[in-house]
Amino acid sequence: MQSEVMFAGFGGQGILLIGKILAHAAMEEGFEVAWIPSYGPEMRGGTAYCTVVISDRPIGSPIIKNPLHLVAMNRPSLEKFAPAVKPNGVILVNSSLIDIDCGRQDVDELRVPVVDIAQKIGNPRAANIVALAAFVARSRIVSIDTLKKCVEHEFQKKAKLIPLNLKAVEEGVKAAG
Amino acid sequence: MGKVLMKGNEAIAEAAIRAGCLNYFAYPITPQSEVAEYLSRRMPEVGGVFLQGESEVAVSYMIFGAAAAGARVFTTSSSPGISLMSEGVSYIIGAQCPAVFVNIMRGGPGLGGILPSQADYNQATRGIGHGDGHLLVLAPASVQEAVEMVMQAFPLAEKYRNPVMVLGDGLIGQMMEPVEFPDHLKTEPSDKDDWATTGMDTRKSDKRNLVRSLFLDPVQLNENNLALKRKYEQMKKEEVRFEQYNTDSDYKVLIVSYGTMSRVCKTAIDMLGEQGFAVGLVRPLTVFPFPEEAVNKAAAKKGCEAVLSVEMSMGQMVDDIERSVRGSCPVHWYGKCGGEVPTPEEVIEAVKQLM
Repeated sequence: MQSEVMFAGFGGQGILLIGKILAHAAMEEGFEVAWIPSYGPEMRGGTAYCTVVISDRPIGSPIIKNPLHLVAMNRPSLEKFAPAVKPNGVILVNSSLIDIDCGRQDVDELRVPVVDIAQKIGNPRAANIVALAAFVARSRIVSIDTLKKCVEHEFQKKAKLIPLNLKAVEEGVKAAG
Repeated sequence: MGKVLMKGNEAIAEAAIRAGCLNYFAYPITPQSEVAEYLSRRMPEVGGVFLQGESEVAVSYMIFGAAAAGARVFTTSSSPGISLMSEGVSYIIGAQCPAVFVNIMRGGPGLGGILPSQADYNQATRGIGHGDGHLLVLAPASVQEAVEMVMQAFPLAEKYRNPVMVLGDGLIGQMMEPVEFPDHLKTEPSDKDDWATTGMDTRKSDKRNLVRSLFLDPVQLNENNLALKRKYEQMKKEEVRFEQYNTDSDYKVLIVSYGTMSRVCKTAIDMLGEQGFAVGLVRPLTVFPFPEEAVNKAAAKKGCEAVLSVEMSMGQMVDDIERSVRGSCPVHWYGKCGGEVPTPEEVIEAVKQLM
């Protein structure tokens, strides 16, 4: 079994970071993983994206044209990547910034106002963690416990941010229903 | 230490330290700058040296100097930077010094692009600079393999007193994968007092080591080149490494592919297998010395009708494959060279055209 998750949004939204946290969590759960960033000559304010491949056997091609899931943090990335998602995948839409739907009937569209939620718990910059947690809760790609451990690990050098980000995980899980 | 999730470039940097290399000279260039970024922090921690040169040409001579003094030394760069280093590499080959070069290839020619490519194949396998010379060239297909190859590269460079190159591409450098680091290398080059300029005490010995690539006496220069040739012949006997995939099947098409591209080919081969088409793969782990015999045997296998070179260059590896296949079946090429890594579906399409 292999699944692929594409994270996409503006540069600065913490897209690469949440991809890395998911890859780390999946590694901790014993999966083979690969994290592939976009590192082209991107414009400031342009799109940033990364793909995380999670598999129970060695990963062949790390280049993924059609991911199983998509976490879209802004409208251009939803418009660009939603058509590529495989049927039955999860598309998480950051509804704080995106006022259109994904336009697909064959996927599980989860709309979460991640920026509003992050604002409510004290810092809009935690919106990425809210999105990651909501996505993980819906897709069950890794356990929430592992996710929390990896969020803590990621912020161990900025320990004062750990409570905020763990709160963001909880709120994200709640929002996924 | 268990598995850690690391970016290829950072893992390469850490691997060099664990190989006992405490000298790193470099000039930043995408897509490998994280190596320098990582070592600018890490080298001081372990008592090593990182000096950023004013250019890649300068870097190549810093490498030469450290190597001539018997120190373990390496650098990393990407395609245009490696071209600038080619002069120094030639001198290092001529002077028979050990050093490790990592090339995280990007598209060319010229400034090209910054995305993955394998278009420096000919440059890497044909010695890079002027004169009769080669580097031993290892081609990793994963972050784990990049770590292992960097750690193997130092003892190999010392065994042959010749530069060794680890030839990766932008994807290997930028991708994060789990890695497990092998134990620290404990070995030291044992014979360096025989050749390196180690500052020997002339009161105790009148032996004087001279490291040079200038031989004005034509007989001496010819002898130096014969010595180099003997080393390359020895590499061909002792260092050829390759992997075979699905070669037990009755394949009609054999793919030869290395590095990142070979991973995509493995996925394509699995997918073709599900559709009922058997395809074999020989993956060179050393591109110099090239696994001639393995490719020859795999192409000569009964039922094999065509060989396909799949590479992110415009067919540079085809020469080596044809030389190995020796006419037993036709050699075709598929690839892309702009920075896009071909997908498994595109490789499948190219294979099916041969069936």
